[in-house]
Amino acid sequence: MSFLLGKNMTGGYGSTDILHDCTIGVEQGEIAVVVGPNGAGKSTAMKAVFGMLNIREGQVTMDGEDITALTPQARVQKGMGFVPQTHNVFTSMSVEENLEMGAFIRNDDFSGTLAQVFDLFPILKEKRNQPAGELSGGQRQQVAVGRALMTQPKVLMLDEPTAGVSPIVMDELFDRIIEIARTGIAILMVEQNAKQALNIADKGYVLAQGKNLYTDTGEALLADPDVRKAFLGG
Amino acid sequence: MDILNALAVLLNFLVIPALAYGSQLALGALGVTLIYGVLRFSNFAHGELMAFGTMTTILVMWLLQSAGISGGFLPTALIAMPVGILVAVLLALGTDRLVYKFYRKQKSPPVIFLIGSLAVMFFYNGLIRFVIGPDDQNVADGARFIFTAGDFKKWSGLAEGIAFRTTQGISIVVAILCVAALFWFLNKTKTGKSMRAYSDNENLALLSGVNPEKVVVIAWVLAASLATIAGTMYGMDKTFKPFIYLQLLLPIFASAIVGGLGSPIGAVVGGFIIAFSEIAVTFAYKKVIGYLTPGDWVPDGLIQLLSTDYKFAVSFAILVVVLLVRPTGIFKGQTI
Ligand SMILES: Nc1ncnc2c1ncn2[C@@H]1O[C@H](COP(=O)(O)OP(=O)(O)OP(=O)(O)O)[C@@H](O)[C@H]1O
Ligand SMILES: [Mg+2]
Repeated sequence: MSFLLGKNMTGGYGSTDILHDCTIGVEQGEIAVVVGPNGAGKSTAMKAVFGMLNIREGQVTMDGEDITALTPQARVQKGMGFVPQTHNVFTSMSVEENLEMGAFIRNDDFSGTLAQVFDLFPILKEKRNQPAGELSGGQRQQVAVGRALMTQPKVLMLDEPTAGVSPIVMDELFDRIIEIARTGIAILMVEQNAKQALNIADKGYVLAQGKNLYTDTGEALLADPDVRKAFLGG
Repeated sequence: MDILNALAVLLNFLVIPALAYGSQLALGALGVTLIYGVLRFSNFAHGELMAFGTMTTILVMWLLQSAGISGGFLPTALIAMPVGILVAVLLALGTDRLVYKFYRKQKSPPVIFLIGSLAVMFFYNGLIRFVIGPDDQNVADGARFIFTAGDFKKWSGLAEGIAFRTTQGISIVVAILCVAALFWFLNKTKTGKSMRAYSDNENLALLSGVNPEKVVVIAWVLAASLATIAGTMYGMDKTFKPFIYLQLLLPIFASAIVGGLGSPIGAVVGGFIIAFSEIAVTFAYKKVIGYLTPGDWVPDGLIQLLSTDYKFAVSFAILVVVLLVRPTGIFKGQTI
């Protein structure tokens, strides 16, 4: 059983179900990637795992504990961090204040974590006093990931961290994500750049219409001719 | 040509009154803007909240006066104000519990909150008239002047005097202190930052572990405190009359909107813009022009752009222009 697991999740935003018996999860120190067409329910599945929408069936467990009924805030306390796909920074606040807000639930001295985040994303140190709303898309994504890291989470969930980012910065971000995973954090992420993402993934999930189509190691999915043809552009 | 006397007239009848009035508007607009930034609606009951806080302050002031306690040189209302603030905060929190919390649970759109605040406004309004009545009350005792026109004339040797009333001085000083304290709170403390974060991006604030109910409570505490202070300053400087606070709602909202709803700096700047415009437009320039032009150039009449009866039209006109030209206000509102 995975460290973080959303199992057989069925549910949606209102009366219609978006997810149908959908399962995603990740192990500690590993990277799991969720791919699939637009509207497949990838973001919805992430939100369901984070408790931002009610699931009718299925459950979410972390480290063997059932957390299905917990609020998102309570899950943050348990060691989960989430970077949403959109609106993932405080635009009117400075980069440093964004990171401080990430550490809101911590009462200890978080200057060490702040230094680590600045080491990981040096550009943020340079722009620490600039409002996050004035940063480029790629820099903003770094703020968003940095904010989530400030709680020192055990699991980091990223919804399209490389959206709107140039190929070079994307490679760099992936490198950073691998670095983060090496520190023992579990990373569950949604990616539009399926090939590159599956390349660094220990595990991959292909979703379509709220269902699991394929689940395998990243390598195996990349090698699967059906997956290549339907989702990876040949 | 007599530039010094012209300046003295301008200072005495325009600049000093506008600074005092601007301070009062800024304090009022700050409360409106905070509630807008956090709860996302225009609180039409804010004027009545000011009146309520001021009324409580007056009741406590009477109590103090009858016990023989006075502020000496300063108005006794200043000593009574903390109690007024406390009671106004309790009223605001109680109202939030009974009215707005319900709509928050329902996730109602802002217009529902706004209509709710209208109902609250009528309720406060009735409550205030029931307790203290609709009449004028004198709020200012203590020394009337920091210096009088006569003092100034003797000191400067000018024909025109400048008077500086105690209540004007207090309004300005208190506004500076409140604004400084508020900005320190919002920008330097963890709770203040969490409030700005919540106002900026509610969802992300929740994901960071911010408790929304706590943010709402703090917003009401600040708004009710600022409302009581603003109301008391206005009451001391002019007069307390329940009806006046309803009328003040227009310039206060104009201030908040001109500066950018949700922006505290905007509320302060907007307050002074509205105050200076209102007084400059209704100011009689006859004397000033008399000093600045040789001999008999001065035309008949007061040389006034608008009669003071129309002073509220000034706020209204500025409001309309801002909404047409730059609806987000000077400082791009929406967030604290
Ligand atoms: N807040 C919402 N309320 C109601 N329906 C929603 C909401 N968000 C998404 N949906 C619906 O859920 C379905 C899945 O959306 P979701 O955002 O999970 O897709 P996705 O796989 O993340 O797509 P993309 O790759 O474009 O980000 C869509 O049909 C969408 O219309
Ligand atoms: Mg998505």
